[in-house]
Amino acid sequence: MYNEENCRFLKTHEWAFVEGENAVVGISNHAQEEISDIVFVDLPKVGRQVKAGENCCVIESVKSASEIYAPVSGEIVAVNEALNADPALVNREPHAGGWLFKIKMADPNEFNALLDFAAYNASIGK
Amino acid sequence: MTHELKKTALCAACEKAGGKMVDFHGWLLPVQFDSIIAEHKAVREACGMFDVSHMGQLRVVGKEALHFLQYVSCNIIKSGASEGTYFHILTEQGTIIDDAIAFCLNLEEFLVVVNAACVDEDFAWFQKQASAFKVSVTNESAKWSMIALQGPTAVGIADKILPGVIDLPRFHIKEIELFGANGYVTRTGYTGEDGVEIMLPNAQIEALWNALLKLGVKPCGLGARDVLRLEAGYLLNGADANQTKTPYEANCGWVVKLTKENFIGKAALEAKKAAGFATKLRAFKLKNPGVPREGCKVFYQGVETGTLTSGTFSPLFKGIAVGYASSTIPVGAEVEIEIHGRKVPAEVVKTPFYKNRV
Repeated sequence: MYNEENCRFLKTHEWAFVEGENAVVGISNHAQEEISDIVFVDLPKVGRQVKAGENCCVIESVKSASEIYAPVSGEIVAVNEALNADPALVNREPHAGGWLFKIKMADPNEFNALLDFAAYNASIGK
Repeated sequence: MTHELKKTALCAACEKAGGKMVDFHGWLLPVQFDSIIAEHKAVREACGMFDVSHMGQLRVVGKEALHFLQYVSCNIIKSGASEGTYFHILTEQGTIIDDAIAFCLNLEEFLVVVNAACVDEDFAWFQKQASAFKVSVTNESAKWSMIALQGPTAVGIADKILPGVIDLPRFHIKEIELFGANGYVTRTGYTGEDGVEIMLPNAQIEALWNALLKLGVKPCGLGARDVLRLEAGYLLNGADANQTKTPYEANCGWVVKLTKENFIGKAALEAKKAAGFATKLRAFKLKNPGVPREGCKVFYQGVETGTLTSGTFSPLFKGIAVGYASSTIPVGAEVEIEIHGRKVPAEVVKTPFYKNRV
C-alpha cells in the first residue's frame, strides 16, 4: 500500500508503489485538491502496452481534463473498476481506494529512477 | 511581458473567502470557492452569490434614448417604467457583437448591462451610432460593482437587505439606497434560477458581500456559473455567439423582431433568413460517461457535422454541450462526440436542459 517510504512520484503528480511485479498507480493528494470535483476517469484498457511517460488515462473534473502519465513501462494488467461508479473516490482517497491502474513492469529500474517523497514535495514547493 | 490582471472591488473579499482566482478575459476572478458541485447545488436548491463586477454598464441619456436603442437592438426595447429587455447588439451583417439587457429608468434614460469582454467594443459601437441621435452614451463600468444573488431563496434573502424587493417583477430594475450610496437592483441572472443582481459603487460593494455572507449565502465562482448557465440554455458570448453568427443561428431567433421599422443588421438578417441556415447552435446530451468540452468534434452518421462551443459536466444531466452543427439533424437523433480520441454517443436535444419556474 501507499506510504511515504515505498512510493515514488512523477513531477506531474502521479504516485506508484511496487506490488509483486506490478506498479500500482494513482495521483497525489495535492493533485486531487488542484483538480477537485472529479466526475469521470477514462481508464486505460487492460492489456494495453504503455511506455514510461505515456499519456494513458484522463481524469475529468467539472472544469477541466487532466492527462495521467504512466510512471513506468509495461502492460496495464488491472484498472480500478470502482471509479466507473464513483470517480470522486479519487478525491476522497487519492492514496488508497482511489488508485487508478496497475502496470506489469517491463523494467523495474525505471521505478527506482522516479522521484522520492522528499523530491516530489520539493517540486510542489512543500 | 507580464499582463497585469484587472481586479474587482471584491477581489480581496473573494480571496479571503477562499476563492481560487483565475484570469477571466483579463480579470482576476474566482473560479471556485468550495467545490463547483457544492456551489451548483447551493444555487439550484437555496442561494449563492457571484462577484459579477467585471460586467459593464453603459448609460444612454437623451430625448432620443429609446429611438437610439431600438436602432442598435434587434429586439424591441421595452419602455415601460423599470422594464428590462434582453437584446443582441448586431453588426450591419446581422451578426452578434454582444448580448445585453437594457433597463428603462425613464423614457430618456436607460441603463445597459453588457458583457465584461465586450465593454470597450460595445461602448465604441454605441458612440459611433449615437452621433445620428439626440443622445449621449457614457461608460460607467469602472464606477459600478455588482453581486448576483441567485437561487430559489435568493429574493427572500435580498428582501432582508432591500425591503420590498420581493415585489420587483422579473426583468425589472429599481433604484436603491444601501450603505449610504445609490445603486440599482434588477431581478435578473444567468443561472436559470430566480434572483437579483445588485449594483453599488465600488466603495460599498464589500459591505453588501459581508452582509450576504452573514445571512449564510454561499460564495460561488465562475465554474459553477458556467454549468448553471449552460443548463439554463444561456449563450456565452465569445464562445456560443460571435461576429460570424446571427441570432437565428445562435438559437435566439426570438430576440429578432423583423417587424421593427429599422435596426442595424435588419436587411442582412432578412436576406440570410430567407436563404436559410446550414448550421445552427444544437444541444447534446451524452449517453455514456464522459465530459464534452469546447472544441470537441461532432459526428452524425459517421460524418463530421460540427464542433462544440461549450460543454461541461452537469450534476443534473451529466455530460451536456452545445455547438454549431447541421440544422437538419432531428431532435432525438444520435450523434457521436469525440472526446480524447474516443467517440461517445450523444442525443440531440432541445434547450434549455434545465427549466424551472423563472
